[in-house]
Amino acid sequence: MAENIVTIRNLSKIYRQGEINVTALDNISLDIRAGEFLTLMGPSGSGKSTLLHIIAGIDRPTSGECHVQGIDVAKLNESQLADWRNQNVGFVFQTFNLIPVLTAYENVELPLLLTRLNSKQRRHQVNTALELVGLAERKTHLPRQLSGGQEQRVAIARALVTSPSLVVADEPTGNLDSQSAQDVLGILQTLSKSAGKTVIMVTHDPKAAAFGSRTIHLEKGELSN
Amino acid sequence: MALPITYNIRNVFVRWRATVATIAGIALVVAVYMIMQTMAEGLEKSSQNTGDPRNIMIVRKGSTAESSSQVTRAQLKEFNYLPQIARDAKGQPLLSADVVVLVSLPRRDGSGEANVLVRGVSPVGMDLRPQVSLVEGRWFTPGKREVVVSRRLSPRFANFEIGGKFRTGGKELTVVGILDGSSSAFDSEVWMDADESRSIFDRENYSSVLVRAKDDAAGKEFVKRIESDKRLPLLALSEVEYYAAQTKTAMPIKFLGNFLAMAMSVGAIFAAMNTMYASVGSRTREIGTLRVLGYRRRSILISFLLEGAFLSLVGGVIGCLLALPLPLLGYSIGTLNFETWGETVFQFRMTPMLAVKGLAFSVIVGVLGSLLPSIRAARLPVIAALKSL
Repeated sequence: MAENIVTIRNLSKIYRQGEINVTALDNISLDIRAGEFLTLMGPSGSGKSTLLHIIAGIDRPTSGECHVQGIDVAKLNESQLADWRNQNVGFVFQTFNLIPVLTAYENVELPLLLTRLNSKQRRHQVNTALELVGLAERKTHLPRQLSGGQEQRVAIARALVTSPSLVVADEPTGNLDSQSAQDVLGILQTLSKSAGKTVIMVTHDPKAAAFGSRTIHLEKGELSN
Repeated sequence: MALPITYNIRNVFVRWRATVATIAGIALVVAVYMIMQTMAEGLEKSSQNTGDPRNIMIVRKGSTAESSSQVTRAQLKEFNYLPQIARDAKGQPLLSADVVVLVSLPRRDGSGEANVLVRGVSPVGMDLRPQVSLVEGRWFTPGKREVVVSRRLSPRFANFEIGGKFRTGGKELTVVGILDGSSSAFDSEVWMDADESRSIFDRENYSSVLVRAKDDAAGKEFVKRIESDKRLPLLALSEVEYYAAQTKTAMPIKFLGNFLAMAMSVGAIFAAMNTMYASVGSRTREIGTLRVLGYRRRSILISFLLEGAFLSLVGGVIGCLLALPLPLLGYSIGTLNFETWGETVFQFRMTPMLAVKGLAFSVIVGVLGSLLPSIRAARLPVIAALKSL
């Protein structure tokens, strides 16, 4: 059995809205195994995106621990966290979040500019990532020249280009037509099954969740099963 | 590693209307700054071009200009025998006693009168100033009421053309030639015979004496000799030094240029700030994405500062180009010389150093303008930035 890549213990996140405390995550404990395709489901405001953000190191818990590959992410400072995200996490957004003035190639290359790779090595990795998502011939296109599905595939290539062990996706099919959604989910499933990546995906859609190897539900900040 | 510069350059042109307005504002400020600086540079250069390092100027102690100086004929005789002065083939000392008088003459465009420096000069005086050449007509004849006016003064004063006549000191003078001073202070003068000048303006004494020293050591010895002679209340200094002191005239122009540029740059800084705030505002989610990808706050800050600097550099280049035609076309302008109180005519002058100054000025405006928006961009919380529309 694969070892745990994410270990969460007694994790809570409380937001303060004026005078009121809003509990987004309430004392959650969870293990995620390496190579797993975990889907997080739940109604709006259930805390699934918050949990994803904490695992990805872009938000901090109020209390509890979140170990990713043995590192307590909450204990890293801002700069360490930025470096850690660059090296360990690939992020796929619902709205793609490509940089509009950069081509598909340049968008995918962005995370690699923070590494020590030279331009030849970077070129190789960017081309490999774009080939993997089937967009090698579209690399000179700007995001506005691509369809929604193609944009999301470029975003997946950008998430993969640094070879992270963890890929997190926040409703990646939310803005796609059904065919494009199928394509994107197929790629994420392949990443998990064939490339051994751990994929954590937030979704509202049970059909999308069916692509995962395990689904957990959140409700009012707690795991419901 | 920082974000690629192409990211910033392309972003600058995405919001092209705001960009064009900001660039135009900065270009205007830089153009004003550069025009004033090219004026000051031209004025300084005209003084720097004037002196010959071999020549020594003698004026009365305490006088700041030749027009307010006096050298008596008795004092002049003393110099004739000083061994440090170079001599011509006939053994005559290379020495010129000049009479410099400030006269008020009508402008050609009818806008009133202005002061002109009339220099009474001997033939040796012309030899001592080889940068002055006759470009039209002929030189004045000693003993006749004839003058040669500078090419740059000619279009500015009434009757300053060959054959033209004008009255001064109660006498009528005729223009017989046009001289060119090779962008020196002599471009702002009218020349005539020294003795005729003394007669017309009723001057007992000379204004200054210019001598050619045998060599550098003799020159220094000559200066020491004059300074140590208690009977001679005179000041001797190299001609180069004398005219270098005249560059003080450029100071008010420089000051005005700097003041105007500073005042206008406040507006340009706000324009740049406005553009950059709009840029940060419309790219909030982009900034959040970059942070998620691993870009640190510092990278975001530098990136936006660079963008502001690039924006203003484009404005700076345009500003420099706007200021270029005046020096390029050899346009000249006149101003009151605060040392001689005469009209000084000089050419606008652009130098590579000035261009660098102008560009640096524009970059400073851009960086100052984009500082606060860049700090805001760098401090955006990642989650909030990602959720923005």
